[in-house]
Amino acid sequence: MPDTPPSPADAPAAVSAKLRLATVWLAGCSGCHMSFLDLDEFLFDLAERAEVVFSPVASDLKAFPENVDLCLVEGAVANVDNLELALTLRQHSRMVVSFGDCAVTANVPGLRNLLTGPEAVLERGYVELADSGAQLPHAPGIVPELLEKVLPLHEVIPVDLYLPGCPPSAERIRAAIEPLLHGQPPRMEGASMLRFG
Amino acid sequence: MSVVTLRVNGQEVAVPAGASLLEAARAAGVELPTLCHLEGLTPVGACRLCLVAPEAGGRLLPACATEAAEGMAIRTDTEELQRYRRMAVELFFAEGNHVCAFCVANGDCELQDVAVAVGMDHSRFPYRYPHRHVDASHPQFALDHHRCILCTRCVRVCDEIEGAHVWDVAMRGSQCTIIAGLDEPWGDVEACTSCGKCVDVCPTGALFRKEDTTAEKHPHAERAELLRRAREQHQWSNQ
Repeated sequence: MPDTPPSPADAPAAVSAKLRLATVWLAGCSGCHMSFLDLDEFLFDLAERAEVVFSPVASDLKAFPENVDLCLVEGAVANVDNLELALTLRQHSRMVVSFGDCAVTANVPGLRNLLTGPEAVLERGYVELADSGAQLPHAPGIVPELLEKVLPLHEVIPVDLYLPGCPPSAERIRAAIEPLLHGQPPRMEGASMLRFG
Repeated sequence: MSVVTLRVNGQEVAVPAGASLLEAARAAGVELPTLCHLEGLTPVGACRLCLVAPEAGGRLLPACATEAAEGMAIRTDTEELQRYRRMAVELFFAEGNHVCAFCVANGDCELQDVAVAVGMDHSRFPYRYPHRHVDASHPQFALDHHRCILCTRCVRVCDEIEGAHVWDVAMRGSQCTIIAGLDEPWGDVEACTSCGKCVDVCPTGALFRKEDTTAEKHPHAERAELLRRAREQHQWSNQ
């Protein structure tokens, strides 16, 4: 069983230089990113300490960059694009945070695992429940294929920190990332930091 | 009243004869995580969260279902116990389909509470996604088996407090399930008085009132103890 609690050695060490921060959106509703934007004025402090090098809400880059210090990953791993991005971000990030319940548990996107396999899921969503124009989506190379099962992030790549919540509140996000900006691991304990949902 | 003395984490405590190790731990100021245990109901030792370690060695004991004995010495928070407790809670999450985000009990759920208590930030065990069903045949209440952890509080409160014995446990292993009547739809069981005690004591969102939606369930698990005390000791603590 892989179990890797963050140690100070894993935490980003760059205190003087700006920390290179990435945020990634896999199979989730973007609610965790909305909660991230709820950090309000702390975003100014964050902008002073960190450079956002990849993010669906703060950058227009399409390719995941190299030498990322801290990467927040929202969402479960549900399709081949999610999987490829997860493997890439792990390769180029010193610290990966499983950001929110979908990344930590697969949560709502994982409900499709109650059906057996992608064919049954697509059939249910696009044919059985269609009001009109029922057809299966098929566009190889454009629409990413679904994986057999939706997986939590840590079942695909090693994760350094788990930040549960649906979404994690802005206060919880701040309490988790503020110490990381100073090279310290956050104290992930108690209902304010750990409660699911 | 005779008294037994024992040691909890090195601290001497005296409890009435017949008291459980859970009561002895509480007398020593130690709060153990519990899920199946509920004051007012017979203990069953189903959830294994309250396991304690006898200093003399030997097997771990469920504190709720073990009587305190004279001269006993137990530890409640060894590294081994912490590891087992967290493992047990992770297995609860992995075994059923517990999706907090839209659960009726989100925010007021004892499974969420114990996850926090044992420091669970994720499950190391892959989720099973078992195929279970929802029994919504009762006019007022529903049972979502996806969220059931088989604590049997509903079975016990219906049998011991309400006296209707609508609920029981059927099957074994991963097929183990709560059943109504003779495995009938809940709404067809004439023995049910619709008193709602099972809903009040359910620690998760498995049993709920139909009018409640996401995060709207607020259980009243204290009612079992309140009724028991009222009947047996004629004390009405809610007045």
